[in-house]
Amino acid sequence: MIELRGVGRRYGEREALRDVSLELGEGQTLVVFGPNGAGKTTLLRVLATLLRAHTGEVRVLARNLPEEGWALRGLIGFLGHEPLLYRELSASENLRFHARLHNVGLERVAEVLAAVGMEERSGEPLKTLSRGMVARVAVARAVLHDPRLLLLDEPYANLDPGAREHLQGLIGGASGRTRVICSHDPGGGVAEADLVLGLREGHQVMLKRANDVREGEIAELYR
Amino acid sequence: MYGKGLRTLSFATVASFFLALGLVFFYAPLEAEQGFLQKIFYLHVPLAIVALCGFVAGGIMAIMHLRTRDQRWDMRSYVAIHMSLIFGVGTLITGSIWAKGSWGHWWVWSEPTLVSFLIVFLLYAIYQPLRFSIEDSERQSRYASVFAIVAGAFVPLNFLAVRLSTEYLHPRVLGSSSNLPPKMRLTFLVCLAAIALLYITLCKFEMTAKHTRSQVRALRRALSGEASRLGRSAVPTLDQAPGRAAGMGTGTPSASVASSGAPAMGRPGV
Amino acid sequence: MSPARSLASERPSEGSALAHDMPLRPPSLTGTVAALLRKELLVELRTLGSVPSMSLFAMSTFVIFHFALNRNSVDGDLAAGILWVTLLFAAILGVNRLFVADADQGGFDAFLLAPVDRSAMFFAKVLTLLAYLLVFELIAVPAFGLLLLGPSLSAAMPELLLILLLGDLGVAVIGTLVGALAVHTRARDLLGALLALPLFVPIVIGGARASSPLLALNHHAGSSGRWLATLGLYDLVFGLIAYAVFDFLLED
Repeated sequence: MIELRGVGRRYGEREALRDVSLELGEGQTLVVFGPNGAGKTTLLRVLATLLRAHTGEVRVLARNLPEEGWALRGLIGFLGHEPLLYRELSASENLRFHARLHNVGLERVAEVLAAVGMEERSGEPLKTLSRGMVARVAVARAVLHDPRLLLLDEPYANLDPGAREHLQGLIGGASGRTRVICSHDPGGGVAEADLVLGLREGHQVMLKRANDVREGEIAELYR
Repeated sequence: MYGKGLRTLSFATVASFFLALGLVFFYAPLEAEQGFLQKIFYLHVPLAIVALCGFVAGGIMAIMHLRTRDQRWDMRSYVAIHMSLIFGVGTLITGSIWAKGSWGHWWVWSEPTLVSFLIVFLLYAIYQPLRFSIEDSERQSRYASVFAIVAGAFVPLNFLAVRLSTEYLHPRVLGSSSNLPPKMRLTFLVCLAAIALLYITLCKFEMTAKHTRSQVRALRRALSGEASRLGRSAVPTLDQAPGRAAGMGTGTPSASVASSGAPAMGRPGV
Repeated sequence: MSPARSLASERPSEGSALAHDMPLRPPSLTGTVAALLRKELLVELRTLGSVPSMSLFAMSTFVIFHFALNRNSVDGDLAAGILWVTLLFAAILGVNRLFVADADQGGFDAFLLAPVDRSAMFFAKVLTLLAYLLVFELIAVPAFGLLLLGPSLSAAMPELLLILLLGDLGVAVIGTLVGALAVHTRARDLLGALLALPLFVPIVIGGARASSPLLALNHHAGSSGRWLATLGLYDLVFGLIAYAVFDFLLED
C-alpha cells in the first residue's frame, strides 16, 4: 500500500525529513510519533501528494509520487491541523462543495453528516460552531469520498471526548481502512497501531511493529 | 560552469570597452543637431537593449527552472534579472541626461523607449521584495520564476503598447539605429558588444561568487555537523537539493555534501 | 450521479492493488469550475466583501477627483482617464481579496486533494473576478455618468461596453495571477498592488485611448479599432501565459 525508501524533504537548509523508509500493507495502521518539528506533518503531506519529496522514492497504492500523484487524489482522505473548510459556509454547503469536487453524489453528504452527528446544525455557518463540531465536520469531509487511505494528523486533538468513540467506524480501527496517524498519545496511539514510526528532527529513529514497542519507548522520543 | 573563463571574459570586456571609447570619441562623427551630447546615445541604447534582453533571458531561465526544478536555473534567472535591473537604472539615467540635453527636460514622455523602460523598471523593482517576502525558499524560487516569466512576456507587449500610444501623439523623435551612417553604425555595434560583454561578465562574476559562498557554507555545515541559521533571504540558495527531474536527477553534489558529511573537494564543474 | 453508498461501504477486495482502481470518475473541467464558482459566489454573498467595497471606493474616488481637479464635469481624455484609473484601483481591492479566504482557510489544500483538473481554479477565479468587475461597473459607470461626466453616457454605448469588457477580461486575468502570487507573501496587499499596476498599463493605454473619443463633447466614433486590437491581443497573450504558469502557484 505504502512504500517509502530513503525519503527526504528540505526547507531551505533545514532537513524536515531525512532517509525515511518503511512499508505499510493494506488495512494496516501506521502511527507516527515525535516531538514538534520532527517531520510528522511533512511526512503526511508528502503521502497526501501535497508536497514533493526531494530525495528517495515514494509509492502509494502502487503509484509513484510525485509523477503519478494525479491518480491518487480521490483515493486519499486527509485530516490535517486545519479543517479545510470555509467558515462562512455551513457544514452542508462545505460538504456539498467537496462532494462536487470529488464527483460524489450529494445524498452522501447527508449520510456522512449523520454519521458524525452533525445533522442538526448542518445549516449554520461554521464560524458559529464550536471547535469540536467543526472538527467533526472536518472528519466528514475527509471520509466523504470513501477513501482507501486515511491520513490523520492528530485527529483526536480537537474532537470532544465522546466523539472519538463515536467516530471509530469512520476513522478508527473499525473502519478497515489503511491509516497513517500522527499522534502525541503514546498509550492510545500504540494500541491502534500495527506499525509504529518514531521521528526526531526528521530522522527515523524507530520503526517497529506495535507489539514490539516496549514500555516507555515512545516517551523517550520526546526527551 | 562557474569560474571558468572569467579571466578571458574580463579581458575581452576591458578590451572592447577601450575600443568602444576610442571609437566614440575619436572616430564617430559629431552629429549635426545635437552635437557632443548625442554621444551618450552610444551608451544609452546598448544599455537598453542589453537590459531588455537580460529581462527576457531571465524569463526563459525561469521557464527552465520550472520545467527541471533545478535550483541552478533559478540562480541564473535571479542574477540575470538583478543585473538587468541595474543596467535598466543606467538606461533611465542616461536617457534622462539625453533628454535634458536635447529637449531641456529631465523627462520626456515622447520617447517610447524611455517610457517603456520606466514601466518595466517599476515592475522588476518588485522582484526582490517579492522574493524576500516569501520565507519558504522552494516556494520563493517557484513564485519568483512565475513572476519572471510573466514579466518577461510583459516586456515586449509593453513596448508595443507604449509605442502605439506615443506614435499616436507624437512622431518618434529619435532616429532608430537602422538608418545610421556607417561610421556611426560601426561605433554603435562595438558599443553594443562591449556592453553585452560587460553584462555577461558581471553575471558570471555574481554567479561564481554565490556558488562559492554556498560551497563554503556547505563545507562549514559539514564540518560543524548542523544546519546554520540563514535567516530570511531574497537570494536563491544553491545548496538545496535540486528538485526531482523526470528520471534520474543529474549528480546532486550539494545534496551529497550535506548528507554524507564529507567535504567536497574538486567538484566536477556544475 | 453515483449511487448512494452505505457507510460500511464495499471495501475494495483484499489484494486488489490495481493501480487503476479509481472508484469514482473525476469531475469534468466545467463541472469543477461550476462547483468552484458556486462556492466563490456563496462566500461573497455571505461576506459581501468585494463588490460593495469596490463600488464605494469608486464613488469616493469620483468625489475626490471632483475636488482635486476642481471640475464639475469632464469629457474626452480627462473623462476616460478618470474612469479607467478609478476602475483599476478599485479592481486592485478585489484582487487583494480574491485568494484570501482560500489561503487562510485551507482552500488550496482542499482543492489540491481533489481529483480535479487544476486549471479549473484558474478559470474559476478569472470568471469570479470578471463577474465582480462587471457587477461593480454596473454601479460605478452610471455613477460616473451622473457625478462627473459632461457628455451623455448613453451616447458612448454600446461601444463603451465592449471596451470595458475587453479591459475587464485583461484585469481579471492579471488580477488572478497577481492575487495568487501575492497571497502567500508577507505584505499581501502591498505587493498585490505594486505588481498589478505596471501590468495594467497596457490595459489603461488601450482602454483610455479607445474610450476617450466616445466620451468627448463632440462625440465621434474614434479609431478605436487599433486599441481594441491592443486590448484583445494583450488579453489573449496574458491569458495563455497565466493559464500555463498558474498551476505552479498552487503547489506547496
